[in-house]
Formats: sequence, structure tokens, C-alpha cells
Amino acid sequence: MGRHPMPAVNLLEVRGVSKRYGAVVALRSASLTVAAGEVHALLGANGAGKSTLVKILTGVIRPDAGTIEMSGRPVRFASPASAPRAGLAAVFQDPSLVPDLTVRQNLRLTGADPAGVRRWLAAMDLGVDEDDLAGDLPLPLLRILDLARALAREPRLLILDEITAALPADLVERVFHVIRRWRAQGRSVLFISHRLVEVRTICDRATVLRDGADVGTLVLAERAEQQIVALMLGPMAASPEALRPAGPGAGTRPDAAVRDRAGGASAAPLLLEARGLAVSGALRGVSLSLRAGEIVGVAALEGQGQDALFDCLAGNRRADAGEIRVAGRTLAPRTPYDAIRAGVVLVPADRVHALLPQRSVRENIALPLYNRAARWGPIDLRDEGARAGAAIARLAIDTRAQRQVRRMSGGNQQKVVVARWLAAGFRVMLCFDPTRGIDVGTKRQIHRLLRDLAAAGAAVLLFTSELPEIPLVCDRVLALYEGRVVRELPARAADEATLLRVVHGLAREEPPG
Amino acid sequence: MTPYTATGRPEVRWPAARRALADRPALTLGGILVLLLAATDAVSPGFVTPHQLSTTLLYAAPLGALAAGQTLAMLTGGIDLSVSATATAAAYLIAGLGARGTAQAVAVALALGLAVGMTNGVGIGVCRVQPLIMTLGMAGVLGGALTLASLTFTNGVPVVPDAVHQLGSGTVLGYLPLDTLVWAPLAIALLAGLARSGLGRAIYAVGDNPLACRLAGIRVWQVLLLTYVLGGVLSAIAGILLVGYTNAADLNLATPYLLQSVAAVVIGGTSILGGSGGYGGTILGALILTVLDSLLTILNVSQAGKQMLYGAIVLGLAWIYARAAPAE
Ligand SMILES: Nc1ncnc2c1ncn2[C@@H]1O[C@H](COP(=O)(O)OP(=O)(O)OP(=O)(O)O)[C@@H](O)[C@H]1O
Ligand SMILES: [Mg+2]
Repeated sequence: MGRHPMPAVNLLEVRGVSKRYGAVVALRSASLTVAAGEVHALLGANGAGKSTLVKILTGVIRPDAGTIEMSGRPVRFASPASAPRAGLAAVFQDPSLVPDLTVRQNLRLTGADPAGVRRWLAAMDLGVDEDDLAGDLPLPLLRILDLARALAREPRLLILDEITAALPADLVERVFHVIRRWRAQGRSVLFISHRLVEVRTICDRATVLRDGADVGTLVLAERAEQQIVALMLGPMAASPEALRPAGPGAGTRPDAAVRDRAGGASAAPLLLEARGLAVSGALRGVSLSLRAGEIVGVAALEGQGQDALFDCLAGNRRADAGEIRVAGRTLAPRTPYDAIRAGVVLVPADRVHALLPQRSVRENIALPLYNRAARWGPIDLRDEGARAGAAIARLAIDTRAQRQVRRMSGGNQQKVVVARWLAAGFRVMLCFDPTRGIDVGTKRQIHRLLRDLAAAGAAVLLFTSELPEIPLVCDRVLALYEGRVVRELPARAADEATLLRVVHGLAREEPPG
Repeated sequence: MTPYTATGRPEVRWPAARRALADRPALTLGGILVLLLAATDAVSPGFVTPHQLSTTLLYAAPLGALAAGQTLAMLTGGIDLSVSATATAAAYLIAGLGARGTAQAVAVALALGLAVGMTNGVGIGVCRVQPLIMTLGMAGVLGGALTLASLTFTNGVPVVPDAVHQLGSGTVLGYLPLDTLVWAPLAIALLAGLARSGLGRAIYAVGDNPLACRLAGIRVWQVLLLTYVLGGVLSAIAGILLVGYTNAADLNLATPYLLQSVAAVVIGGTSILGGSGGYGGTILGALILTVLDSLLTILNVSQAGKQMLYGAIVLGLAWIYARAAPAE
């Protein structure tokens, strides 16, 4: 169906690959072709089977059926080690460095070529202190390191499973720069993302998976987005709401009532105030305030102090200076427990930090309910089940693999982290990229959920690396640059171009006061 | 309408076996137990009699109690190498103080378990000492103290109170061992506690991902403290049952049980890395080990040979479970 001339032999040809886990069918029958010199998008809703296909292509798991060919020759991977030999390298959905080892040790462990990794990091204009513990690096840098490691293997086909999901705009640009160079050398990329704008920007063709089977391959022309969403979501997509593309230009909020309400918020009680928060090397006196009913966005490039800000507010780290007040009472949290007791909860950047991989969805959601010795007695199973069930329903979590959260798809894991706080209750939610890895259909639901929570009297501080999200959900936005709030804008005025300017520290204004 | 081709090779046999072990440990372990009983009966006809089964339960109870503490420690991702030293120390206290009254002796023995557990818990939970190091050190201290104390005890006359002796060796209703009546409620409390108490949830959670616990507001040190305190008390109970059975304390009373307690937990399917498993498996593990021990005794295998076999079981199972973990 493509207009592009097809080469005689595809670089990668996947036919009828299937994989099931007990009763759960992860892939029914997936077929896919990637041409040489092509950036090919692999799209699909959460749980469609994208990451499963990646694991099969890299020999991490074996398919139940189906064939895989590279340049016309059938390949079969006995182990993850044999994929690179066939010219495949992947960046998996979750960071794969061992947190307790330094970057250097990690590279040695995986047999990566350190010089090659450094070269690729330099190509992205980034450097990493190789003596840092991997666990101390922020998530975006971990992703970039994974990318550099895969690139250093010089594969013919590079597989990127949601590489951009945690990356702010500037890093996405650098990754795209590398991908373009890669393509120019005639090599190929299989690119997975839930950000359709990115897909349109960087990809040549896209294959859409739905419920474990490919439902269409299309050439990415101007108006492909609606078609993609329709394919991804299937018959459900009949609702025009789900079809409306997210992205720049979609500057109107889901509902007008929400926008009107923003003006009246100034009368609502202050829920969270911070004055002069400082952390050496990260934050240089940040002040902010959130009223009940408000969603305040935080926009920043990588490493502008956003991690430290959220960690301080959540009690996961102590500020060197400054004051936090919650609903008028001073809060000096020594641990996250103190903040949670005051009603301030955190959805961290890296969901891996927040999940119990071997435990069930229900236990993961119920976890904060047992954070006091007073609650260590017998559990009211009915109450627990009801709370978890309500949160699962509200976020539409796919519970097919609910016995162990590690078996769930990335987007569904992300939803579990949010669901936890719905079940436990809170006053102020600190969300760090809450929609990371969540598909376009569900993203809307989460935006609406956040608005509903605010309407019910909560306050939300929302960092997002996906700038177009800000006008969609927020009332105001704070731009963070070099550890300071350099600009505050009403979300209505925060179109992507403006935001990009302010997060780069341009168009600075004196903070009011 | 799925175009299946036969080229992809499905993962067979091994993963299936691992899955069975991982998903339905009770069935698999129950099967192994029955097989072992049958094998023992074949080697020594007449083994499966009410009397022999009663003896098996009698033997299994102290191990079951000891392995209970071990289960809790291993569920949090730790290990308790002081269980057998604590049990021996408790046994010593019972024998040494027996003359002054049963209640007092038992109370002191339990208090010792509590104190040992508390120290372990503070060391591991608050001071963040590696559980292996902390409990190994604790075992060393206890062992040394016992050696010193045994010099003084031998001057007096150690007596195991009659009630304790009854508890550790007697039966009621013909075949029901009394120590099983101690073990059963403990087991029920543990099973229920792990499955449906807030502490149970916290114990699994700490073993699975301590950082996630912290972010959810669980103070990990509190969970660890309580875990090791429970372990200390359970070990002391095991010591009381054991000294009741042998009717005399010696310095190595519970020593062989250390490896067995770890073996029972690992056979029972609790992950050595923590976060999954449970006491149900451990109970079956303890029963399996007890029957195996009888079988080996019938086959004239020496104590050294048994230790080697138990060690090999732990290593083998740890290997299998570790291989089952990645990717899936
Ligand atoms: N080990 C497993 N056991 C059981 N089910 C599994 C296992 N691994 C994956 N699944 C199931 O396979 C399905 C596909 O998961 P996969 O991770 O491939 O989705 P995905 O398309 O990558 O989604 P996302 O966009 O959320 O990352 C999910 O329903 C998941 O629950
Ligand atoms: Mg995925």
C-alpha cells in the first residue's frame, strides 16, 4: 500500500509471530517488514504486544510460532547474545543498567565498547561521569546511555522501545538527530512510541498492532494520525473524543467548563506552598503555591532541578533551605511517610522505583494502605478489593497479567503507580510524567482523571516532558531553568513554541514579587 | 485464523516444570511428599502407619517453627543464620532454669528469643548491617556465650521441666503429638498473617522492592525489626520444643537445623531474593525434609552425608529458581 518503492528484499521480515503466557495471549499473529534505510514505527495501545515482539526479536523470549528473516535469511535466536550477531540491537522499555554498579562497571558487564558508547554520547552532545552509580542518574540519562550502548553495537536494525517516553524536548531532538544520521547511512530503526507527533516527524512507515496482531501498515503522510488512532483503538475509536489527536495546535481543553473554573481558583484554599527551596547543585530557591482545584505544570529541559524539587516536596530528599507548608501547616518531611501523612503523594519518574514487580496488581495498589504499624493487623479484604477495583476501573488497567505486575505491559504498569494514590487518597499529587508510556486513547482518560481530581478539591503539580500536555491539563505552568522558576504562564498561553523558548531560559522575565 | 507455522520452537519441558513449581508449589510439593512417603514405605515396609506419621509430625514441628522465622527473614530478602543458635540458647535456659519453675523458664527462653530478634532487627533494619553478617555475628556471640554458660550449668543439675518434656515428646488422643498442637496454631497464624494482614503485605513488599516501600510511606526498618523479632521468638519456641523432645540440652542441639531451615524454605518455593513465596510451602518443605531424613536414616546414611545432601538440595533449588526468574 506504500507509495515508496519497495526494495526486493526487506531487512527484517516477521511473519505470523505468536506468543502466549498460559492463558494470556501476548501476541496472536504479528507480521512486520522493515526495509533497509527505513525508520519504521511500531504502534499500538498499551498491551498490544509491542514489547513482546521486541523481546522476541532480540532473543529474550522465544515465539510459539512464526518466522523471522533478516535480509531474506531465516534467523532463530537461542539467546539474547545471538541477536547482535544477526545485526539487531535494542533499547528496552525499562532501563537495563544495574543501579548498584557504576556506569563503567555496567558497560563492562554488558560487554559494550566504552569508546563507542562515548562517541555516541558525544554525538548527542552529552557526557556522563562513568564513575557515577547508575542508580543515581536521572531516568532520561539512563535511557540515553541505553541508546548509546545499543548504537555502539553498530546494528543494522536498531530497535527503540519507547526511548523518548521519559525524554524532554531537547533530548528528543538529539535522539532524532542521531536517528536521521543512522538512516542516512542506510541503516534501519524500529521505533516504538505513543507520541504520534514524534512518529510523524521521524518515521517513514508505521505498522499498527492491535490485540497482538498487526492490523495495518501505512505510509506516514500528513494526515495519518487519525488513521493510526482508528487502527490502534479499533471499533472503540468510533468516539470522536478518542480520535482527536493530541499535540500542538490542539490548544483547547477537553471541556470548556474547566477553563472557566480556573479564574475562580484564587479563592480556593492554599494546599501546598514552598518558599525558597534550595538543594545544592540542583535547586536555587524555588517558591510555588498550589490551591485546591488547581493543576500546575512544571516545564523544564533535562536536569534543571525538577527531580530535586519533586523529591523535596515528597519527602524523599531533604532541602538544604526553604520551607514547605501543606494546608497552612509547616511540613519538614524526613521521609516520604511524613509527606504522605500530610496528604502529599508522589508518582515518581521511574515507575520501576515504585512497583513491587513480583506482587499482584491489587497488592501494588493497596501498598500505601499499610504504611503505618497501626494498619498491620488483619486486612479488610473487601474494602481493599473495592478500593483497588475502583482504581483499576477508573484507569482502565488491563488486568490480564495481574498476578505479577512485572508481566504487565509498560503502560499498564504506569497506570498501577497512579492507581495506588487513587485508592489511598491524597490532597496534593506530585506527578512526574504520569502519562509516560500510556497510549493516546488512555492518555485522554488520565488527563480527564486529573481534572476530575482537581475538581474534587485536590491539587496537582505535574511535571511533563511532553510539552503539548501542558495546555491540555494545566491551569498554570512554571518554567524551571537552572534550579529556578524563571517564568510563570497561564496554561492557555503555553503553546509549545512559547514553552520551548522559556524552558531554554530565553524570554526570561523577572519573577513577580 | 492464525497462520501458525512450526518453525518457532516453543519453550517446553523445563519452563513448564519451572512454571508448575512457581505457580502451584503446594501441588508439586504435596506430590513430592507423597512420593517420598511411598519410597520410604517401599524401602521399609510398614513405614506409612499412624504411628510413624505421628512421629514424623513430632519431628517436623521444631523444624517447622525454626523455618517459620527463616521464611519471614527470607521473604524480606534477608536470611537469619542465628535461628539455630537462638533455639539452642533457649533450650539451655529451659534446662538451666527448669528447677526454678516451668513458667519462669519458658518466659525467660522466650524473652531471650525476643532480645536476640530485637538486636538482629535493629542491626539490620536501623543500622543497615547485611542480614547475613548480622545474624552470623549473632550466632557467633550466642554460641560463645553458651559455651561459657555451659561451664557453669554443669555444676548445677540441668533439668528439663516435665511439662516441657511432655510438650516436646508426648501425644494426645493416641497419635496427635503435643508439639504439633503448638505448631499448628502458629502455622495458621503465620499463613493468615502473611496472606491477609497489613504486616504480611509489608513483609512481601519490603522483600520485593524496598525503595517502592519507602515511596509508599512504609518505613522499612519497622518492618525488618518486627520480622526479626518474630523470627527470634519463633526460634526460641523451636528450641523449647526441641529440648522437650531430647530432654537434655547440649551445645549442638539445634545446629543441624540451621541448614535444614534454609532448605525447608527454599524447597517451599520462597525466593532467596525475597518478595515471593510463603509459609505454606515451608511447611511442606519441613515435612519433606523430615520424611527424607527418616528415609536416609533407614538407608544408613550418616549425618555428614545428610548434611551434604541438604546442602546440595539448597544449591540445586536456588539454581533452578534463579534460572526461572529472568525475562518472564
Ligand atoms: N510474562 C508474562 N506473563 C503473562 N502475561 C504477559 C507476560 N508478558 C507480557 N504479558 C502480556 O502480554 C501483553 C502484551 O504486553 P506488551 O508488554 O508486549 O505490551 P506493549 O504493546 O508493549 O504495551 P505498552 O505500550 O503498555 O508498553 C500484555 O497483556 C501483558 O500482560
Ligand atoms: Mg511495551
